[in-house]
Amino acid sequence: MAVEQPLASPAPPPGDQTRIHNIGYRNYDGPRLGRAYARRSLYSQSLRGAYGLGRSVKSKVLPMLLFVVMCVPAAIMVAVAVATKAKDLPVEYTRYAIIMQGVISLYVASQAPQSVSRDLRFKTVPLYFSRPIETADYVRAKYAALASAMFVLTAAPLLVLYIGALLAKLDFADQSKGFAEGLVSVALLSLLFAGIGLVIAAVTPRRGFGIAAVIAVLIISYGAVSTLQAIADAQNNTAAIPWIGLFSPVTLIDGVQTAFLGATSSAPGAVGPGSGQGVVYVLVVLGLIAAAYGLLLRRYKKVGL
Amino acid sequence: MYDPTVARLTYRALLGRRRALILGALPLLLIVIAVVVRGLTGADDQTAVNVLGGFALATMVPIIGVIAGTGAIGPEIDDGSVVYLLSKPLKRPTIIFTKLIVAIAVTMVFSAVPTMIAGLILNGNGQRIAVAYTVAALVASIAYAALFLLLGTVSRHAVVFGLVYALVWEALFGSLVPGARTLSIQQWALAVAHRVAGGDLVTSDVSLTTATVLLVAVTVLATWYAGQKLRSLTLAGEE
Repeated sequence: MAVEQPLASPAPPPGDQTRIHNIGYRNYDGPRLGRAYARRSLYSQSLRGAYGLGRSVKSKVLPMLLFVVMCVPAAIMVAVAVATKAKDLPVEYTRYAIIMQGVISLYVASQAPQSVSRDLRFKTVPLYFSRPIETADYVRAKYAALASAMFVLTAAPLLVLYIGALLAKLDFADQSKGFAEGLVSVALLSLLFAGIGLVIAAVTPRRGFGIAAVIAVLIISYGAVSTLQAIADAQNNTAAIPWIGLFSPVTLIDGVQTAFLGATSSAPGAVGPGSGQGVVYVLVVLGLIAAAYGLLLRRYKKVGL
Repeated sequence: MYDPTVARLTYRALLGRRRALILGALPLLLIVIAVVVRGLTGADDQTAVNVLGGFALATMVPIIGVIAGTGAIGPEIDDGSVVYLLSKPLKRPTIIFTKLIVAIAVTMVFSAVPTMIAGLILNGNGQRIAVAYTVAALVASIAYAALFLLLGTVSRHAVVFGLVYALVWEALFGSLVPGARTLSIQQWALAVAHRVAGGDLVTSDVSLTTATVLLVAVTVLATWYAGQKLRSLTLAGEE
């Protein structure tokens, strides 16, 4: 832009006709908010965007609808438990996300491409890096935003169940323990699903295709794994069931919470991993989350230029 | 009604680059599963029905239908390049019909053929199970392609709505609410498969007559309405 001249510029030497006019541009001398602020803004904007806040009405419809679909069954269960004066909730806290996995998959499939694909497709990624943020900041902000959005989606129905359980005067200690275990489980699930969704979305700039790819990975892997588990169960080959469960995200989370968070496995025959296999499950989950983060960093090192 | 140039362009859009990879990965997975299951359990009719019905027809065919059906027209509308196609002296229903043929062909090739192969691996077409599910996949391909092609012209979020139908309506509601099964392409296809297989292994909640009528009605109406939608298409910017 225009070269700044100090206001009190010395008079040009006589005879020299060239002169730079001061046309009044001023330097920015306000506070510079820096890298952490930019990262926080990117995080909060992405988190709001994941629920369509600050975007068009049309893009609010789907995430809000999925959020309602997640919470309504919990409300119904609470209503039934209160009305029938049941001793316990009809479903465990840890089981809820496994039952609603289709909705969760649809949410991550629709919002992960929304979060990263458009930046790639319209080549706006370099603009982010013209601000004082680094590749790692962008990846961390986007990952954290999607994981938080997923956590809100999966933890809200648990909160509904918990409040309902307390209103129905169920055992406080028992319910609190179940609720805490459920929260740990959905936190892991949010990180895992968000990582998988973002990695796939980051390599497919086309939105529609990204959605299909994420769904295909989540649903197809679950379909394949549960088919194989059902067959292993029918063959009385119960030892193989937990090992097969390592190959799809949902059964991974199911295995971790069966081994360590007091859940009953949703695998056929309710055969879950023991503590030894549980450690393998946890390692695989953490490995996948770390791998997703690493792959995202690598991807943005390349496209951020 | 059929325009070879439009067909060639659609084939290239559907199978170009990475799309062919993901479309090919699903059938490959089915065949791998079939081989593994055969190795684990040997030939067993009930197992074959579980794999083909639970995985191939319930999961794979709808997802391939969504990718092929919406992929045949969705991206073009999305990036606006459809105006170059619409400005050619072609009838809009011709464009839709051609794209439908291509979408059906792609869905059939990537779903029915691997279903056949997987069925043969699983139990060597015992009790005509492989053939029955192949016919079901063929029939379902037509209806899914037509339905999802229509979605592609109606909405910019066609893939999501297609998946909601395939996964939430057919899988979730279908298992909870019996009435939802009457309005499920999967059940209509199973009705046809039931007729082909003959035995009690392949069952459907819908009678063959109802299924046939609904299949034809959905395919024809969806194609007709997609043609109408394309006649009055308005291009909107990115949201």
